This record gives sequence, C-alpha cells and structure tokens, in this order.
Amino acid sequence: MLRRALLSPPVLISLVVLIVASTLPLYVSGYVLGLLTIAYYFGVFSMAWDLLFGFANEVNFGPSFLIGLGAYTAGILDSLYQPPIALSIAAGVVAAMTGGLVLALPALRVRGPYFGLTTLVAVLILQNFVVVAAGLTGGEIGLTVPDVISISDKVNYWIALGFMGLSGAILYGLSRSPVGLILEASGQDPVQAGALGFNVVKHKLAAFLVSAFFSGLAGALMAFYLGAASVGTFIDVTVGVQVIIGAVIGGRRTILGAVLGAVFLVALGESLRPLGDLATFIVSAVALFVVLFFPGGLIGMVKGVREAT
Amino acid sequence: MLLWQILIDGFAISSLYALGATGFTLIFGVTGVLNLSHGAIMVAAAVAAWAASGNLGAGAYPAAAFGVAVALLLALSTYYLIVRRLQLSRAVREEEKEIFILTATLLWGIMIQEAIAWAFTNNAKTVLPIVDGVVTILGVRTPANEIFTALVCWATIGALWLFVNRTLAGKAVLAASMNPRGVTLLGIELKTVYVGVWAIYGALAGVAGVLLGMFLGVSSYSAGPLTASAFSIVVLGGLGSVSGSLIAAYVVGYLETLTAYLVSPAYRAIPALLLLVAVMYVRPRGLMGRR
Repeated sequence: MLRRALLSPPVLISLVVLIVASTLPLYVSGYVLGLLTIAYYFGVFSMAWDLLFGFANEVNFGPSFLIGLGAYTAGILDSLYQPPIALSIAAGVVAAMTGGLVLALPALRVRGPYFGLTTLVAVLILQNFVVVAAGLTGGEIGLTVPDVISISDKVNYWIALGFMGLSGAILYGLSRSPVGLILEASGQDPVQAGALGFNVVKHKLAAFLVSAFFSGLAGALMAFYLGAASVGTFIDVTVGVQVIIGAVIGGRRTILGAVLGAVFLVALGESLRPLGDLATFIVSAVALFVVLFFPGGLIGMVKGVREAT
Repeated sequence: MLLWQILIDGFAISSLYALGATGFTLIFGVTGVLNLSHGAIMVAAAVAAWAASGNLGAGAYPAAAFGVAVALLLALSTYYLIVRRLQLSRAVREEEKEIFILTATLLWGIMIQEAIAWAFTNNAKTVLPIVDGVVTILGVRTPANEIFTALVCWATIGALWLFVNRTLAGKAVLAASMNPRGVTLLGIELKTVYVGVWAIYGALAGVAGVLLGMFLGVSSYSAGPLTASAFSIVVLGGLGSVSGSLIAAYVVGYLETLTAYLVSPAYRAIPALLLLVAVMYVRPRGLMGRR
C-alpha cells in the first residue's frame, strides 16, 4: 500500500514540480526567488491548516496564533541573547506547540463555531500583548531579528523549498496513513469513530500539535529569512485569512493543493501590486469566485476537467 | 465625577455595541449564518453617509438615510449573491457549508473594505452629526450627539422588539428561528422570511454604522475589529439570544471604558477578550445561550 501511495500521480507530479522548482535559481531573478521563498513558507502554513480542517474537520481561525508564537519566540530570543540560530528556532517550535496545547485542550471540547472563535480570540489576545509589551516585542513597529540564516537569496530559496518539500511529504504521508484515516473518520462522525474504539480527542489533539509544529517551525524560519517580525506579517488576522484562503482555493483535503493555493495567492497579489488598494480587492474577488463556483478548489478543477474528458 | 463620566460614556458605547450585535445575532438565530462581512457593511454605511454629505452636499438626515440604504442593499446582496448560492449548492457537503459561508462572507467583507479604501482612501472619516452641542449631565460635559446615539440605539432595538413580538410577520420570523420546517408547513414561504430578516439586518447594521461614524468616526481599517467585537459580544451573550447579546454588549462596553479610563487606552480591548476566553472555557454556550 505504501509503495502504491509513493507512486501515485499526485506524488509523482509533485516530485517533478519540486525538481523543476529547485533549478529555478539558475535562471530566475532574485526578486522572483524572494517572492517564491515567502510563498513556500505560506504553503507550509496552509498545509498545516489543511491537516486540521480537511481531515480533523476543525476550523482553526487562528493559524497566525501558532505562526506568530513561533516567529516571535525565535526572534525575541535571537535579539536578546543571540544563541545559535537552531536553538532559537527550536524554542519557537516549542512555544508554538505549547501554545497550541494550551489552546486546543479546552477548545476541542467545544464544537463548531465555538472552536473557531476561541482560536480567533487567541490571535486577538496575542496581537494585543505584542503591541502592549512593546519593550520586548518592538510593538507595532516590529522586531528586528539580528541574525539571518543566509544572506544569499538562492540559499534561502533552497532552504524554503526543501523545508516545504519535506513538510509536504510528512503531512501528505500522515494524511494517507491509517492515522489520517482515523482523523478523517473522527472529523466526519466523531460518535461513530468513538464507538469503533478510537480516541477522538487524542487524535484531534495530535493533529493540532502536528499543525502547531509545522506552523511554528515555518514561522521561525520565515522570521530568520526576513530578519524581522511584525504583527502585520505574522499575527494579524489577515495573515490567518490568507493562510485559510490559500488552503481553500487550493482544494481542501488534499494537503498538496494548499501549496498551489498559497503560491497562486502570492503570485496574484504581487502581479497586481501596481493597482494599489485594488489588488487586494481583485485577489479577494478571485478567491470568492473560486469558493462560490469551484468549491473543490484548483485541485478540484483539474480533477473535474480530467473526469469530464 | 470620573465615575459619572465612565457611566455616561460607557452607556453610549455599549448601546452602539448592542445595536450592532443585535443584527448579527438576529441573522444567526433565524438563518444560522455568521456574517463575517458585518463590520464592512457598517463601515460602508458610515462612509456612504459621509460621502453623501461631503461630496453631494446632502443634509445630515438625507445623508444618514442614504448610509442606511447602502447597508440595506449590501446586506441583501450578501444574501442573494453569496449565502443563498452556497446554501443551495450541491457541490459543498452539508457539514462544510458553515465554513464555506464563513470564508465567503469574510472575502466579501474584504472586498467591500478594499473598495472603500480605493474609492475614498483609508483615512478616518467622521459623519456630520445630526445633533450638535454639549449638555451637562451630573457635572459631566457630554456631547448631545452621545445622548442622541444612545436614544436612537434603544429606539431601534425597541422597534425590533415590538416587531418580533407584536406583529404577525415578526412572529413568523420568531417561528422560523425555532422550527423552520414548522413554518413551511403553515404555508409561510421560508425564503421570504429570510429575505426580510436580511433586510432588517441591513437596516440595523446601517443605523449602527452611521451612528458610529458620527460618534467615533470610521475608516476602512475598522471593518475587521467591528466584526470581531460583534462576534465576541454575540458569543459572550450566547449565539442567537438577543437578550444575551444586549447584556454582553453592556458588559464589554463598560469593561472597555473602565480599562480605557482607569488603566490606559492601549489596554482597552484586552480584559473583554480574556473574559470571553474564560466564558468559552467555563460555559461555552455563553451567558444566555440555548444550546
């Protein structure tokens, strides 16, 4: 079964795309590389979110709570004591997972919109605290992270790409494994899944922690790539919204579609930048169009076309 | 002195919150939709009123009416273009409709917000107040506009209460929130009820938006926080419970005013958020929630 999963079309296509993407630095400008680097990190955010929504059927409105915890913990540690970068990043991951645990333990007891709201409120609280504790976090202006992983945009690009590929492989493998199946069952019918002897809460909690792990790690890496952390780039609700939109227009329950959605969003947003305020308007309109008319997302569109022919 | 000031200021803010949240909870209670474009619709109403008086030279009353009309129109288009389309969609599974409606209304809200920012910039705008001047109550100099705001809010909420409890159409709305199938069996077209409720919602959000524009001023950035505050008030009070929302609006309004006066305006939003989290953990259905 594992071998069949490894050779399935989505995996093969992703491999080819990854290989092509890894050669991009040879003939693409640094500006495009920088954009793609950000897009890849957003891809990881969206994939981590999709594991929670698509499989565990829990709507997390606060992906940026986990991302922000990872990014800010790593950034603050680095700006105060400058330990080895790996240590700062590890601390960011631990912070995100701890925050995820504190958030998820009680929140998973409540259902539907309440879970979503708890996560949304967590973002607002974190945002308020970052602004209030300006001495530590840089407040509204943002935090400067003195160290960077590398100053070469090519190396940064390869790190982001490799990280995204690895995360994608793990998350995709997880979603196709027996654990992923139990998770999907718990999401669709918790009562029946429980009756079959699976511990629903434990599996959902595990999914939340995995999601927190990747969100925190990606957040910390991105903070070191940008050399700065601010509310607007990591915590604001609009960041979370972008993560969610990326996953939804890529196609839910596909994990890999989330990357497609995130890259699509960043590319569209950037190419429309000359239009100023209208750019966000058009991106939202396109996303709304996809949500209304192609609820399966971009991946669903491709599948639909293939089935039709 | 400070106590009276907090009481009076808090009352005006809280009434405004109550009015904004009433529409939000009405829509949820009757149609089961959490409308995340709520804040954007309120901002649109305020900006429309501002533009009508500033660019077209309309008086304070026609400008306010124009703002409310814009909100009404936006609310109805939210229903027809987005909510209804998703509710009837066969491609979206029943249990996923909620998240689709949330995502779609959120995107729709962002579109409204960005359109406003594009057309009128995102500077803060203050709507021409209907009443001017300052009144001294119990030694506190209070803008007459603040009293006017509280009065209009309560008059509107009172009118809504009369409509729901004293008219036949209102009773149909109430019945639809309790048992939609029962209403259809009585020969009432459910869609008509829903359209009516969305129209009422639009009017409520419009009045709240215009008043907010006169009282505190709005910019396109206010849309997100406005939605969030309506959402938290409604959840604090219990989803779908109008009386719960009214109580919660006062709790949040006074908590914010107290913090702003006694601690620092920068901490304004924090206590209410912490209270909300505490309530979610201890009593997830909210203060007066039914489920």
